[in-house]
Amino acid sequence: MLKDITLGQFFPGNTIVHRLDPRTKLILVVVYIIALFQAKGWISYGAVTLATVLCMILSHIRPKNIFKGLKPMLFIIALTALLNLFYTEGREIIPGWHMTWEGLERSVQMILRIVLLITGTFLLTYTTSPIALTDGLEMLLGPLKKIKVPVHEMTLMMSMALRFIPTLIEETDKIMSAQKARGADFETGKLMDRAKALLPILVPLFVSAFRRADELAVAMESRCYHGGEGRTRMKTLRFAAHDWIALILGALFLAGMFVMKRYGI
Amino acid sequence: MAEIKVEGLRHVYSAGTPFEKVAIEDVSLTIPQGQLVGVIGHTGSGKSTFIQHLNALLQPTEGKVFVGGQDINASKYTRRDVKWQVGLVFQYPEYQLFEETVYRDIAFGPRNMKLSDEEIDQRVREAAKFAQVDEELFERSPLELSGGQKRRIAIAGVIALRPGVLILDEPTAGLDPAGCRQILDNICSYHRESGSTVIIVSHNMDDTARIAERIIAFDHGRVAMDGTPEQVFSEPEKLIAMGLDVPRATSLAMALKKAGIELEGSIYTHGQLLNAVLRAKEARVC
Repeated sequence: MLKDITLGQFFPGNTIVHRLDPRTKLILVVVYIIALFQAKGWISYGAVTLATVLCMILSHIRPKNIFKGLKPMLFIIALTALLNLFYTEGREIIPGWHMTWEGLERSVQMILRIVLLITGTFLLTYTTSPIALTDGLEMLLGPLKKIKVPVHEMTLMMSMALRFIPTLIEETDKIMSAQKARGADFETGKLMDRAKALLPILVPLFVSAFRRADELAVAMESRCYHGGEGRTRMKTLRFAAHDWIALILGALFLAGMFVMKRYGI
Repeated sequence: MAEIKVEGLRHVYSAGTPFEKVAIEDVSLTIPQGQLVGVIGHTGSGKSTFIQHLNALLQPTEGKVFVGGQDINASKYTRRDVKWQVGLVFQYPEYQLFEETVYRDIAFGPRNMKLSDEEIDQRVREAAKFAQVDEELFERSPLELSGGQKRRIAIAGVIALRPGVLILDEPTAGLDPAGCRQILDNICSYHRESGSTVIIVSHNMDDTARIAERIIAFDHGRVAMDGTPEQVFSEPEKLIAMGLDVPRATSLAMALKKAGIELEGSIYTHGQLLNAVLRAKEARVC
């Protein structure tokens, strides 16, 4: 049911990828994306694919879960592939049709690029808990505090939002069950009827979301929360040896990609 | 007639993921029409999962559920129709209220049954009477009323379906003692007057002991005890081992026994305790 949606879903585990510092993983994802966009020829695409598959094996993430996450993107992937297929100049596959061999090559590369892009970012969210992720983000963006960017408040809001997604989903499930028990029907009927059928869910959901927000604010204030100034952390992030190794490997990978781009392979 | 029959019920949450969890296993029992059943068990013992199977909100991983002889998971239609026969009041039902007025909220279920306006009106008034919802409140917004009132409105919303079986999950949780008593009295009188089967899930042993004819105790997803209150509360040690309370009268009788005063019979209500103590006192005097 609703619980099955994979939205920033985290699969707990204890692999080397899970143990990496969230900051390392965030940096590596940025590196990965830059590297991916350097790929020009088949060899460089092969290198990125190889690196991705290697990370997937290391993190014990099943390909099934990745494909599940790709499903909502299918439309965009298909559209990009089609556009590239028809709008690239070159030798026509069938004379008179606007399909070219160059277009075919490019659309396959485009598909690969989007799939790899999504897979790479999924690896981050699948192996890093949302709280660790926002902690890492806050520390990486820390320097921006100097120019008055409210980094702490932004990441706090982010982690609260992430924290409450499962709660709200559970709540929605509960309210849906309760209304179903009174014979509410969410699956059949015309579009207007179905939109109206959502009302018995949305009203209680909003009421409870506001109540929750209120309670959370009171709970935070009663524990003397007053913003990020001078706050220490329960879990301090520390770089370990494997973080440095991972970063060096990432740098080497990026350098390799630049070299390959230079030679156009 | 709405006899409930459960055969070999098993339910697994999130099957095939790292979060897989067996919630109930190997549950088989029959609840005849008109019984008032108390379901007890500590948090996570599977009692809430069990009751959600009785009106097809959850489908069993294995096993079958029959209501009035009909397999309720036979098709989409039986799954929908069973919701009219088995009314389920969830925990904290006041959070499901959504309509602009109390009247319309209670009428939500009957309206989904596509009944005529007169029939709906009749049912709303009848349900409101059972749940002691004052007709003066009908035009108020349910969101601005007190917790106890909201809960009674939510219960009325389910009673308005006129279900043959009424299931309530922790109907008294979070209410003050007066509110608790009122809701339990309402449920008892509904049971008496309508002849419906009533199943109450509760943590409160005193209430359960007082009103239930039969008690089913869940432990680790299985039925650990099933019998009359006399039978179940005659083994208080077993209940305590399952992480449950015993009625206050029973725990007092146990304390007296430890102190050397043996009382006769199974004791789980205040009246029984009083009588047993008086009998024991007479026996000593003589």
